[in-house]
Amino acid sequence: MIMGLYNYWVVVVLMMIGFYIVIAHGNLIKKIVGLSIFQTSVFIFYISMAKVDGGTAPILAEGIKQYSNPLPHVLILTAIVVGIATTALGLALAVRIKEAYGTIEEEEIQEKDNLDC
Amino acid sequence: MKDLLSVIMLLGIYSLLSACFFVAMDAVDVAFTEAAVGAGISTLLMLVAITMTGREENPSRHKPALALIVVTITGSLLIYGTLDMPYFGLAQDPVHLHVAPRYVNDSMQEIGVPNIVTSVLASYRAFDTFGEVVVIFTAGMGVLALLSVVRRPKDIVIDSSKIDSFNKCMHEEHLILRIVAKMLIPFILLFALYVQFHGDYGPGGGFQAGVIFAAAIILYTMLFGMNTARRVINQSATQLFAAIGVLLYGSVGVISLLEGKNFLDYRVLSTDPLAGQHLGILLIELGVGITVTAVMVIIFFNFAGRGNDQQNKENSDS
Repeated sequence: MIMGLYNYWVVVVLMMIGFYIVIAHGNLIKKIVGLSIFQTSVFIFYISMAKVDGGTAPILAEGIKQYSNPLPHVLILTAIVVGIATTALGLALAVRIKEAYGTIEEEEIQEKDNLDC
Repeated sequence: MKDLLSVIMLLGIYSLLSACFFVAMDAVDVAFTEAAVGAGISTLLMLVAITMTGREENPSRHKPALALIVVTITGSLLIYGTLDMPYFGLAQDPVHLHVAPRYVNDSMQEIGVPNIVTSVLASYRAFDTFGEVVVIFTAGMGVLALLSVVRRPKDIVIDSSKIDSFNKCMHEEHLILRIVAKMLIPFILLFALYVQFHGDYGPGGGFQAGVIFAAAIILYTMLFGMNTARRVINQSATQLFAAIGVLLYGSVGVISLLEGKNFLDYRVLSTDPLAGQHLGILLIELGVGITVTAVMVIIFFNFAGRGNDQQNKENSDS
């Protein structure tokens, strides 16, 4: 019954796509996009762990016996909003780098730094 | 893909799809947040950022082979690691056996709120949520420190007749959008308030409501221009509100400390413990909502304001 693990494999594939974008691309905006894909894969990991077969959303109601686990939902709910705040901070840094160096390509920034030394 | 605009649009679609996935996984509160944040605000912020940093990506001189090898090795190690994990969806998984049964079985007697996610977020783990709110506040302050224009040139004194004439010429361009938005914005704000105060009984709460409220303000700003929006929304007042939200949250905790109970123990707020819990959750969700709204508005205003200033500078140079 190895197919019962497929949710983790989806998460790993998404996580590696995000990781690849972060390390292979020199453009800072693309790196931030890669980070947010990575981040979403972690969200999916937590939420898929919380799922119980035959359960419903964790809002108490009459006549329902089985609920999904509410704790991962709480953790991810706050993580999403914190994620957008940190993404905004990253974008702000990218904008400042663009103003200081005139580019957001990693290699060109490095070249300019080497010239200054 | 070299065009960053289409990259960002695809990211927005991906966020919306993952929100749908969260609904399928019974995480309605999370889906709500992801739809509002991932597909709405984050796409918008990235679009504003690429107007300043440029839309095209330079062709990379890297060889992607090394990165591909690293990714494949890490991925296969991670997949090897999953072989020991518990199967998907079983009720006997270790994650469901520890704290969750108490939340599901006892939260109605202890907190008296049907939405378990809200009672865990705002009562059992309120201290944790306080930390998250402080992180959001700090990120807002960080964006402010990085992007706020320190030296404000004197010639950008807001001239109301200029704005009116600008509005008139804009009216002809985006007439339908503006009229529809004017009708929609009150309902968006009303819906945000509903989400805020109905969070005890259905999906919703301070985080989602804050983002929706901020989205309404940002919609107004995009359609009517920064200068008009600055007349409606005072920037220093927004910063004050961001701090007031965190303070409101913290002071609820201090009150319960002064009454001799633990930090953020709401039972002291009223003679009836359940009523105290209700009042406490309402207050801190309000604090969360105010802070999230204010921080999102601050972030957007600073990004958009900087873009406008750059354009003004280029115009005056040429």
